[in-house]
Amino acid sequence: MIPVPYYLVISAVLFVTGAVGVLLRRNALIMLMSLELMLNAVNLSFVAYARMLNDTGGHVIVFLNIAVAAAEAVVGLAILLTIFRNRETVNVDHLNLMRH
Amino acid sequence: MEVPALLEDTAALLPHVTVLITGLVVLVLDLFPLPRSRWAIEAVSLVGLALAFACALCQAGGEPRAVFMGMAVVDGLGGFFNAAFVLIAALTVLLSASYVRREGIRPGEYYALILFATLGFMFVGSASDLVMMFLAIETFSMATYILAGLLRDTPRSLESAFKYFMLGAFSSAFFLYGIATVYGSLGTTNLLALSQAMSEQGTSPLLLMGMGLLIVGLGFKVAVVPFHMWVPDVYEGAPTAVTAFMTAGPKAAAFAALLRVFAQGFGAPAFSAEWVPIFAVLAALTMLLGNIVAIVQQSVKRMLAYSSIAHAGYAFVALVAHNAAGAGSVLYYLVAYAFMSLGAFTVLLIVARRDDQRHAFDDYAGLGATNPALAAIMALFMFALAGFPPTAGFAGKFYVFSAAAQSGYYVLAVIGVLTSVVSVVYYARVVILMYMHEPDVEAPRIRLAPTSMAALGVTVFGVLYMGIFPGGVMQFAARSVAFLFPG
Repeated sequence: MIPVPYYLVISAVLFVTGAVGVLLRRNALIMLMSLELMLNAVNLSFVAYARMLNDTGGHVIVFLNIAVAAAEAVVGLAILLTIFRNRETVNVDHLNLMRH
Repeated sequence: MEVPALLEDTAALLPHVTVLITGLVVLVLDLFPLPRSRWAIEAVSLVGLALAFACALCQAGGEPRAVFMGMAVVDGLGGFFNAAFVLIAALTVLLSASYVRREGIRPGEYYALILFATLGFMFVGSASDLVMMFLAIETFSMATYILAGLLRDTPRSLESAFKYFMLGAFSSAFFLYGIATVYGSLGTTNLLALSQAMSEQGTSPLLLMGMGLLIVGLGFKVAVVPFHMWVPDVYEGAPTAVTAFMTAGPKAAAFAALLRVFAQGFGAPAFSAEWVPIFAVLAALTMLLGNIVAIVQQSVKRMLAYSSIAHAGYAFVALVAHNAAGAGSVLYYLVAYAFMSLGAFTVLLIVARRDDQRHAFDDYAGLGATNPALAAIMALFMFALAGFPPTAGFAGKFYVFSAAAQSGYYVLAVIGVLTSVVSVVYYARVVILMYMHEPDVEAPRIRLAPTSMAALGVTVFGVLYMGIFPGGVMQFAARSVAFLFPG
C-alpha cells in the first residue's frame, strides 16, 4: 500500500500548481480550471487524512466540497459568459477599466 | 437524529429560518407580476427581517447550546451577530429601494440575494464547526459575487464581479486547505473539540501550517493588508448599493469567523501566542496602508473602499488585544462602522444620480449650498469615520485602543491614533468641497425618496446614539462575548 504522506505531498503539489495557475495565467477559463484544481487538491488531502485517522468525517466533507466547487463553477462561468458577451474577450489583461 | 430533536434544533435557529423563508417568499413573489410587486417585495423583506431581529434579540441571553450535532451553536456571540447582520440587511433594503428603481434592477433577484447572503452571514456567526463555517462563507460569498455583477450591461460591474469571484474563490481554497490541515493534525473540525484536542496534544508544525492557511483565507475575506488588493477595484466597480452592503456585511461576517476560529477555537493562551503576533503585524500594515493610500484617491467611492480597509485594521487591533474588552469592542466597532458606512454610501447613492456615475470628489463641490441637509448628513458621516466625538466612530476607536493598551500593545494603539489623524485629511476634503466650493451651474436640487430618508434617519440616529450613549451597545457586546474569556 502507498503510505499516506505520499498523497499529502501530491495534494500540496496540486494545490501549489493551481495557485500558480490562478496567479500567472491570463486566460480566465484556465484560471477557473486552476481554481478547481486547488479545491480538488484539498479534497485529496481530506481523503488521505480521513484514511490516516480512520475517521469517516473527512470523506463526508469531500462530498460537501464537491457540491460547493460545482456551485462555484456555475457562478464563475456565468460571470465569465456575461463578460464575453459584453467584451468578446476572456483575457484578464483586458479587464482594466478601474486602473488609476 | 430523531424527529423531535430535529424540530427542537430548528426552533433554536429561528432567526436563520425566518430569513431563509423570507428569501424564498421574495423569490416566489417575483414570479407573479403584481402591479405593485416592488413595494410588496420590499415590505415582505423588511417584515421578515424585523421578525428575525426580534427572534435574535430574544436568543441573545441564554446559555450556549450546541445544535445539529455540534455543527452550529446558539450563544451570545451568535445572537449579537444575528441581530447585527439582520440590521445591516434591513438598512441595505432601505437604501437600495430607490436605486433598484432608478437603475432598473429586477427587484426579486436583488432582494432574494441580499437575504440569502444575510443567511450566510448568520450561519458564519453561529457556526461551531469549521466545515459549517466554510459552507456559510461560501453561501454569502456566492450571493455577493452575483450581486456585484448584477448590472449585466455595465462592463465595470462585470469586471468587479469577476475580480471578486476570482479572489474570493482563491481565498476560499486557502481556507479549505487550512481546514484540511487542522483536521489532519487534530482529527476534528469542531471548534470546541479542537481547543480540547490542542490542550492535550500541543502544537505541531502541521497545525501551525493549518492556522497560517486559515489566516490567509480569512485575511482575504476581511481584506487586511497584504490580502487587500482586490478591494478598491471590486468596491468601485460594483453597483453602489451593493458596495454599501459589501463594506458592512461580508466584512462583519469575516470578523465573526475570525472570532469563532481564533478567539474561541485557538483561544487558549498557549496557542494564542502563535497567532497574536501575526495579527498585530497585519493590523499595523492595514491601518497604515489603508489610510495613506486613501489620501490620493480621486473618487469618493474608491476613497471609501480604502477607508473600509483602514477600518478593518482598527477592528483587527481589538482582535490582537485578545481579552474580554477587545472581543467586546470588535462587536461594537463592527456595528458602529456598519452605521457609518451604510449612511455614507446612502449619500453617495443619492448624489450619484442615474447611471451611478457621479462619484468624483468634484461632484460634491457646493453640495452645502444646493442641498444643505444632505451635506450636513454627509459631513456627520465623514467626521464619524474620521473618529471625532460625539460619534460612534470616536467611541469605537476609544474602546478598541484602550483594549489594546490593556493587553500591552501600546505601539498598535499609537499607530491607530496617528493614522486616524492622517485619515482626517481625506475625510475633511469632502467636507471642505461641500461647503467652501462653488456648486456646478447645472446642479439641481435633489429630491429624496422616503426609503432613502428612512435609511439616512436610522444611520444618523445609530451614529449619534452609539456616540453619545455608547454604554448600552457596549454592555450588550460585552455580555455576548463574556463566555469566551471566563474569569
